[in-house]
Amino acid sequence: MIRLENLTVSYRRHPAVHHVSGSFADGQATAIFGPNGAGKSTLLKAIMGALKPDAGRVLMRGVARRDLAYLPQQSEIDRSLPVSVIDLVSSGHWQRSGLFGKVGRNDDDASWNALVTVGLEDFATRPIAALSSGQFQRVLFARILVQDAPLILLDEPFNAVDAATTADLLALVERWKAEGRTVIAVLHDEQQVREHFPQTLLMAREVIAWGDTAEVLTADKLRRASDTAAHWSANAPVCRVDGVTQ
Amino acid sequence: MIDFLYQWVLAPFVEFAFMRRALVACLALALGSAPVGLFLVMRRMSLVGDAMSHAVLPGAAVGFLIAGLSLPAMSLGGFVAGVLVAGFAGLATRFTEIKEDASFAAFYLLSLAIGVLLVSSSGSNVDLMHLLFGSVLAVDDAALLLVASVASVTLLTLAVIYRPLLLESLDPVFLRAVGGHGSVWHLLFLLLVVLNLVSGFQALGTLMSVGLMMLPAICSRLWAATVGGMLLAAFLIAALAGMGGLLLSYHVELPSGPCIILLAGLFYIVSLFVAPQGGVLPRLLRQRHLES
Repeated sequence: MIRLENLTVSYRRHPAVHHVSGSFADGQATAIFGPNGAGKSTLLKAIMGALKPDAGRVLMRGVARRDLAYLPQQSEIDRSLPVSVIDLVSSGHWQRSGLFGKVGRNDDDASWNALVTVGLEDFATRPIAALSSGQFQRVLFARILVQDAPLILLDEPFNAVDAATTADLLALVERWKAEGRTVIAVLHDEQQVREHFPQTLLMAREVIAWGDTAEVLTADKLRRASDTAAHWSANAPVCRVDGVTQ
Repeated sequence: MIDFLYQWVLAPFVEFAFMRRALVACLALALGSAPVGLFLVMRRMSLVGDAMSHAVLPGAAVGFLIAGLSLPAMSLGGFVAGVLVAGFAGLATRFTEIKEDASFAAFYLLSLAIGVLLVSSSGSNVDLMHLLFGSVLAVDDAALLLVASVASVTLLTLAVIYRPLLLESLDPVFLRAVGGHGSVWHLLFLLLVVLNLVSGFQALGTLMSVGLMMLPAICSRLWAATVGGMLLAAFLIAALAGMGGLLLSYHVELPSGPCIILLAGLFYIVSLFVAPQGGVLPRLLRQRHLES
């Protein structure tokens, strides 16, 4: 469904994602794992089309943009705006309602059910500014439920979230797996990856390993990832891999 | 009592056509500017309105130099200058690492310098004062038509782009992820900002029209807890400030533009203390908290 071909994304010529190729397993959960600065969030943004590749491309077969649900990091949302919880959840209908389309009674039911699923129905009319970061994360998961998309991208979904909330939200990930949705998540907790994500992409700007989690998260591969991260240079020479330099 | 009210509140409008025109102009300005100002506040661009009000000056000055005190020429010039500054600032933000507020600051200062040079090279200071502060009591049919048209265009456009514009203020990455074309709405919105500043121009001048845009919008946050409520509150405050300012200027014989903005400003100060949504006094008198 999603294939990366020689994908490179850089900030001011310094690559954050460097010649990454491979495919995400259809209908399975893949974790993107690696040290800080490994380009994990950058890769996710490139997949959803928010960042333009310097070289290579993201091929999506059988999925349109409207089939994609994306969980941003919380810092990217302005929570000072006077918007209620249920309104934020309802923005998940955008792909079907668009600019003018009606959000009908069925859609309202879907929003409400999603809130019930994440256990926040009592908070429906509260302003989003009044929520804790764990509660707010539940709201964002409720919006993904509303989006009902076959492809779900999660950027550090369990940051600043307590154990109980993490367990509840991981149960949703399990449910999406059972429903045959493709889930791609940037994660920092090795234990979570081993328990809930059968596939792992271990990266440190380039691919260190990509495949079954048990085979990817081995001691020597993890060491290779952090060794690679330790050798990133501020004065790197121009990259000459397969003629994509300028 | 009724007699007193009539004397101070109604008589000026009943007796003088220029006061009625000014009132209609203020109400129409309030209808268009207040919601635009509210979106500026919500998008954390409060000072961009101020920057744009300076940015339209050279265009208006060119219009003035070509056609004299002609509203169409000056408005068109102001509009073109405003769109250019908004466009350049937008491009600079998009293609460099300069933040939006910084690039607006850079381009409006450039624009303002050109404007002051143009005015001082061939106009007198009186003309400059008129450009900066306008005169709502001299609103003619053409100006009234312009203000009313801009208010209509603004409200219709906002009705169309309301959903994506709000979503783009709240969660821009999400809107981009679902293919919502964030920058289109942003540019359309900047166009509305320029249009409303230009329309307030004859009545209030370039400097004062931004006051009617921003002060009621900032106040509204203290009075309402939803976007809809804030839109209504912002309009009501702007309309009241407009009417009150006209009366004040009539009775004490002061320039009307500053009177209107002064009232809006006073209302803001009072709101800081008494308004229900986060005002100081309601916070001091707060009721006991609820059970968990």
